[in-house]
Amino acid sequence: MLIYCLKKLGVVLPTFFGVTLVAFVFIRMLPGDPVLLMAGERGMSEERHAALMAEFGFDKPIIVQYGYYLIQLAHGDLGKSIITRKPVLTEFMTLFPATVELSLCAMFLAVLFGLPAGMIAATRRGSAFDHTVMTGALTGYSMPIFWWGLLLIIFFSGILHWTPVSGRISLLYYFEPVTGFMLIDSLLSGQEGAFSSAVSHLILPAIVLGTIPLAVIARQTRSAMLEVLSEDYVRTAKAKGLGPQRVIGLHALRNAMIPVITVIGLQVGVLFAGAILTETIFSWPGIGKWMVDSISRRDYSAVQGGLLLIAAVVMLVNLSVDLLYGLINPQIRHTD
Amino acid sequence: MVFQLIDGECERSSPEPELFPLKKEEIKKMRTTKKLLAAFCGAALMLVSLNAGAAPKTLVFCSEASPEGFNPTFYTAGTTFDAAHPVYNRLVEFKRGTTEVEPALAEKWDISADGKEYTFHLRKGVKFHSSAKFTPTRDFNADDVVFSFKRQLDKDHPFHKVGNASYEYFNSMSMPELLKDIVKVDDYTVKFILNRPEAPMIADLAMDFATIFSAEYADKMMEAGTPDVIDFEPIGTGPFTFVAYQKDAVIRYKVNPEYWGAKAPIDNLVFAITPDASVRYEKLKAGECHVMVNPNPADLEAMGKDPSINLLQKEGLNVGYMAYNTQMKPFDNPKVRKALNMAINKKAIIDAVFQGAGKVAKNPIPPTIWSYNDAVVDDPYDPAAAKKVLAAEGVTNLKMKIWAMPVQRPYNPNARRMAELIQSDFSKIGVEAEIVSYEWGEYLKRSKDVKRDGAVLLGWTGDNGDPDNFLAVLLGCDGVGGANRSQWCYQPFEELIQKAKIVSDPAERTRLYKKAQIIFKEQAPWATIAHSVVFQPVRKDVVDFRIDPFGLNLFYGVDLK
Repeated sequence: MLIYCLKKLGVVLPTFFGVTLVAFVFIRMLPGDPVLLMAGERGMSEERHAALMAEFGFDKPIIVQYGYYLIQLAHGDLGKSIITRKPVLTEFMTLFPATVELSLCAMFLAVLFGLPAGMIAATRRGSAFDHTVMTGALTGYSMPIFWWGLLLIIFFSGILHWTPVSGRISLLYYFEPVTGFMLIDSLLSGQEGAFSSAVSHLILPAIVLGTIPLAVIARQTRSAMLEVLSEDYVRTAKAKGLGPQRVIGLHALRNAMIPVITVIGLQVGVLFAGAILTETIFSWPGIGKWMVDSISRRDYSAVQGGLLLIAAVVMLVNLSVDLLYGLINPQIRHTD
Repeated sequence: MVFQLIDGECERSSPEPELFPLKKEEIKKMRTTKKLLAAFCGAALMLVSLNAGAAPKTLVFCSEASPEGFNPTFYTAGTTFDAAHPVYNRLVEFKRGTTEVEPALAEKWDISADGKEYTFHLRKGVKFHSSAKFTPTRDFNADDVVFSFKRQLDKDHPFHKVGNASYEYFNSMSMPELLKDIVKVDDYTVKFILNRPEAPMIADLAMDFATIFSAEYADKMMEAGTPDVIDFEPIGTGPFTFVAYQKDAVIRYKVNPEYWGAKAPIDNLVFAITPDASVRYEKLKAGECHVMVNPNPADLEAMGKDPSINLLQKEGLNVGYMAYNTQMKPFDNPKVRKALNMAINKKAIIDAVFQGAGKVAKNPIPPTIWSYNDAVVDDPYDPAAAKKVLAAEGVTNLKMKIWAMPVQRPYNPNARRMAELIQSDFSKIGVEAEIVSYEWGEYLKRSKDVKRDGAVLLGWTGDNGDPDNFLAVLLGCDGVGGANRSQWCYQPFEELIQKAKIVSDPAERTRLYKKAQIIFKEQAPWATIAHSVVFQPVRKDVVDFRIDPFGLNLFYGVDLK
């Protein structure tokens, strides 16, 4: 197991290094620079522009800048945001729990509904339920997040008044964040009604963000189950007289879960991408919107640091998924 | 313990709650919401109405973005100024909703005969706010004024480099060249010594870069080894004190009971950061905010009909224009420029691009600025006459570029569409226009080039309500190769605006600027296109909210019914 983990880490480290390079170079390849954007229509003289670029260290050759950046990273320093002048890590850690909370809830919804929907659709192949699930999954997958989010807001918040329009909690509650996770902090605050307010604010964004993963998980579960259900051992199990629940639940599902878990792992990246739009619509203070703002302002340090941290999280999740395979099917550990 | 119903939710607040008054429609909403939240709210609902009457007034503003920080001298964005404004004051300030300057932390001032010395007599008994980290031991005085300006001016000042600050506004208003020194005469008298006379100086000092900070707070934080705290945890003399900020979520303020002016009528001010305009509108309708910024043009009609919303409007302090490069042929010929201007159907642009939320511009300054010359006659829309002029000037088969900005601005909400309309207008007089665009930073940089090819769509929003801020910055000879995108340096115009800069008599300045506008129109370095109309929806229970001509959102003096 240890060797297996070390092998996986051996793959992760070069990837991590690659991400630092890509993030560093790509943001600088975009036209424009942060100093010019800061000045806007007002503009600034060539001399002042040059002086400010030198002050931030952007006047040096890119390879030298990258060298400095790696040294900085080695000291655990991701730099300071050019715009807010705050450490990138502090900004990230302030916003990241909101994204994680939203993503976890979205993924929870996606798995909670996607997995059984896919299983039932597979066992009742060709039925009305199967067609409904597949049509729903395709629709969910194709739905533009922005449109879907606004539609839900208008219907549930605007017309029915069931849910609040946006934000993480009613503005009337105020407490210092402890964990950054609003559900937990609202409970810790001891303020009555705070938790329910946090839950009600989470419902719509979680549905919107979870829609695509739900569709993907349902489709993947269905196709994986169909493949497994046609295997010899399933036929043998049925011939031995095992009930359908035991055949599906114990024999088929266990093997069908391998590709499904892979997909769930990959959906973490999709969730972060989807979070950008979902966070914008629902005024959710997470890293998605922060990254977009940083890119548009050419906040080099924030983009580099943010991408690096997001990549680290995605890699960590995928590493965990790889390790999970071994738990589900021990053969994978031996063959790797 | 106080319970209330807010927007369909069951909420609790402390004995000093920040609550909206209880409303019947909200009770109705709550009946439905209970289906979702019953487990948490049910029992508490019974207690609500008993305590509703004593609720303090909380005004919620749906803003569009997070501030870059809380030190307005570091930044140039309106969202940042909005966030800093409740906390701070300046020596002089713009009267609410106008471009008129009135005394603030300075009660009065004297200007020397040569216009180079401004002596400010400061208000006494003004208190700075307190926080967990700082309790002031003295009132506001001259040291605070000197600190606030010297930090920006003096490169050796201990706070100059704190926070990697670049003081962009201070620099772009040419303060380093203008200010020779700032001297404390006594505790309540400060003298600003200038290198040259500058008539707009008082208006300049009402801008956000001229915010007054506490020198004592700065010293305390420096001693504590955390000097940058003063830029993140603001302490000022303003009508509201800063309570808390959660990035991309919310900013909270509470009323300053010791404010030197009249106490603000509301008790709490909350900025709910809501980036999407459609969502802001939904929140406004749902009563989750009282005032929203930047509505979608497409929503304006519905907002106008909504009985719970007042749709306020005001002409913006801006101008959208197309600048020819007057140093390149054939645009060096004013007759050619005027002919092209005559080919542009500005009315169609106002309808299509501004969707009615704009007004045709004929002068380079908006009508809301003093000295606006309404007697100037705009170039008529006359493609046939334009074609004739071009032929008479020997300009045939003209090919040119029109630069379309890649960003939205109040003075130009859709530059691409505007460029397409102008392209179509020009094709009617035989001019072939190609539309080009670049990334915003590149656009700003390339459009400054003296050898630039083509006409640039751009605009300007006023900083201080002074005509100099438009005419000298955008059309003065100093701006060639910079903010003067038409690269136009015309001596008769230049002489007028330079003279107006140093004359202190307002009537004389008005005369000079009016004359300058006539010359501008004759020479036509720009096609003046539009001034935007700013719309601001507020809920009906908001009292005395005034649209700020500078585009800020200010809440001192605003009340709730």
